[in-house]
Amino acid sequence: MSLRIVVTVKYVPDATGDRHFAEDLTVDRDDVDGLLSELDEYAVEQALQIADEADDAEITVLTVGPEDAKDALRKALSMGADKAVHVEDDDLHGTDIVGTSLVLAKAIEKAGFDLVVCGMASTDGTAGVVPALLAERLGVPQVTLLSEVSVEDGVVKGRRDGDTASEQVEASLPAVVSVTDQSGEARYPSFKGIMAAKKKPVESWDLSDLGLEADEVGLAGAWTVVDAAAERPARSAGTIVKDEGEGGKQLAEFLAGQKFI
Amino acid sequence: MAEVLVYVDHVDGAVRKPTLELLTLARRLGEPVALALGAGAADTAAALAEHGATRVLTHDAAEYADYLVVPKVDALQAAYEAVSPAAVLVPSSAEGKEIAARLAVRVGSGVITDATDLQAGEQGPVATQSAFAASFTTTTRVSKGTPVITVKPNSAPVESAPAAGTVEALAVSFSEQATGTKVTARTPRASTGRPDLTEAAIVVSGGRGVNGAENFGIIEALADSLGAAVGASRAAVDAGWYPHSNQVGQTGKSVSPQLYIANGISGAIQHRAGMQTSKTIVAVNKDAEAPIFDLVDYGVVGDLFDVVPQLTEEVNTRKG
Repeated sequence: MSLRIVVTVKYVPDATGDRHFAEDLTVDRDDVDGLLSELDEYAVEQALQIADEADDAEITVLTVGPEDAKDALRKALSMGADKAVHVEDDDLHGTDIVGTSLVLAKAIEKAGFDLVVCGMASTDGTAGVVPALLAERLGVPQVTLLSEVSVEDGVVKGRRDGDTASEQVEASLPAVVSVTDQSGEARYPSFKGIMAAKKKPVESWDLSDLGLEADEVGLAGAWTVVDAAAERPARSAGTIVKDEGEGGKQLAEFLAGQKFI
Repeated sequence: MAEVLVYVDHVDGAVRKPTLELLTLARRLGEPVALALGAGAADTAAALAEHGATRVLTHDAAEYADYLVVPKVDALQAAYEAVSPAAVLVPSSAEGKEIAARLAVRVGSGVITDATDLQAGEQGPVATQSAFAASFTTTTRVSKGTPVITVKPNSAPVESAPAAGTVEALAVSFSEQATGTKVTARTPRASTGRPDLTEAAIVVSGGRGVNGAENFGIIEALADSLGAAVGASRAAVDAGWYPHSNQVGQTGKSVSPQLYIANGISGAIQHRAGMQTSKTIVAVNKDAEAPIFDLVDYGVVGDLFDVVPQLTEEVNTRKG
């Protein structure tokens, strides 16, 4: 029986660009180029490796986002995912974490799954809670923040490196997994992969396809409100000295002046 | 006065510093009621009372150690229903955020993660957060349900505020999902004797310029002279020179110490995301053009192999 893997991916503004907020205090997506979140590339990679080990597997890559978010899907398809689902609806603008997890959970259920693979966090919001929320909403085990992952005989196993301990964890499928940037370098799409991706199916779903109402999502339906966003004042120019043999002593003098020594 | 539920992070009864900071913030919103789970839970009471907890709810069961996250969510939900708090505060560890988020969805509330400050507002608690690699500061509220907020370490002072701290046993019944993810083995992190990276007042980090695992000794020596934690950039971790658990940055730990000393770190956006909110920033780097120098209060353009040992010696001499 085929192992159905859904990989959730996010289209994010490039962190090396000049990111800022739009007037409605949502992320401004117009001024900075977007791309597949780097941390989601690790999720695609692990899904591909799990699929390679399985007798028969199919990888669906899923995103929720504006028109341009198709770029993130194309990248994942060119890496080797089989098909894609794009949830796109004008009413989704401004959806917060709780709302995003609701939309993703509905889409994952509709797609059908044995295993959901996520990145550890998005590189824009960086909260890192969507995988746990998907497990909560789907009513399946959460096997999150794994730096190693494998699936065998319907059981997912992995290593979770926490603050105070490293744990071996396991759960029966279906389950939600998230993987860290320690899980293994993501592959680059090959030329063949890029050409093949152009022919792979990308389905588009809107809120009505998921049985959701506009007021359950979007800025108006959000569970949190951003009241203000201010650019952090630039740090006043610090003192910079060139080491001419006394750099360490000069630095010690500065630290002593600041009462650190 | 409204009660505020505070989730306690402790190791065998020793309360970790971020939880004591949460009690300071909780007192701005109401009367702190603490929830401590697992082995040693009751031993947390004295420290929690000393820092303002009016009540300490405790529960121990094998499930907290044997299964991942969900048993703790079940217990937090039981406490939530018992207390009917005005807000729920949880330390912003990876696990803390997962617990908080799952509770929020269960009780129909919004969740705010990684707050760096918290104030009482007319429409409920107002949280400060950093966005876009700490280049923006936002203020956010939960607009539906009871605010569930996770707070980053070093966001508030630890203050003594003695309160009753009455210990009460909490009744918890575990959900079907509680035993979904089994912990089959656990290897505690070997203690280095240094402060915890996210809690430390001073962090000394090394990056690509350290140029080898064997050279991290000079970074550690400086850290030890200052009583600091050791951090590493992603480049140093990816090269295998230092453990991932010490990585500072977007995909590692986010730190906000009083003093951050970056050695041989260029200051890529991903690293800045993890340390830009440090109070005082110092850098040592050979490359005068390194972007880290845009952030510093004091920078030394020079070879870290000359500057760092000299600094360490000077610190040790001054400490006498």
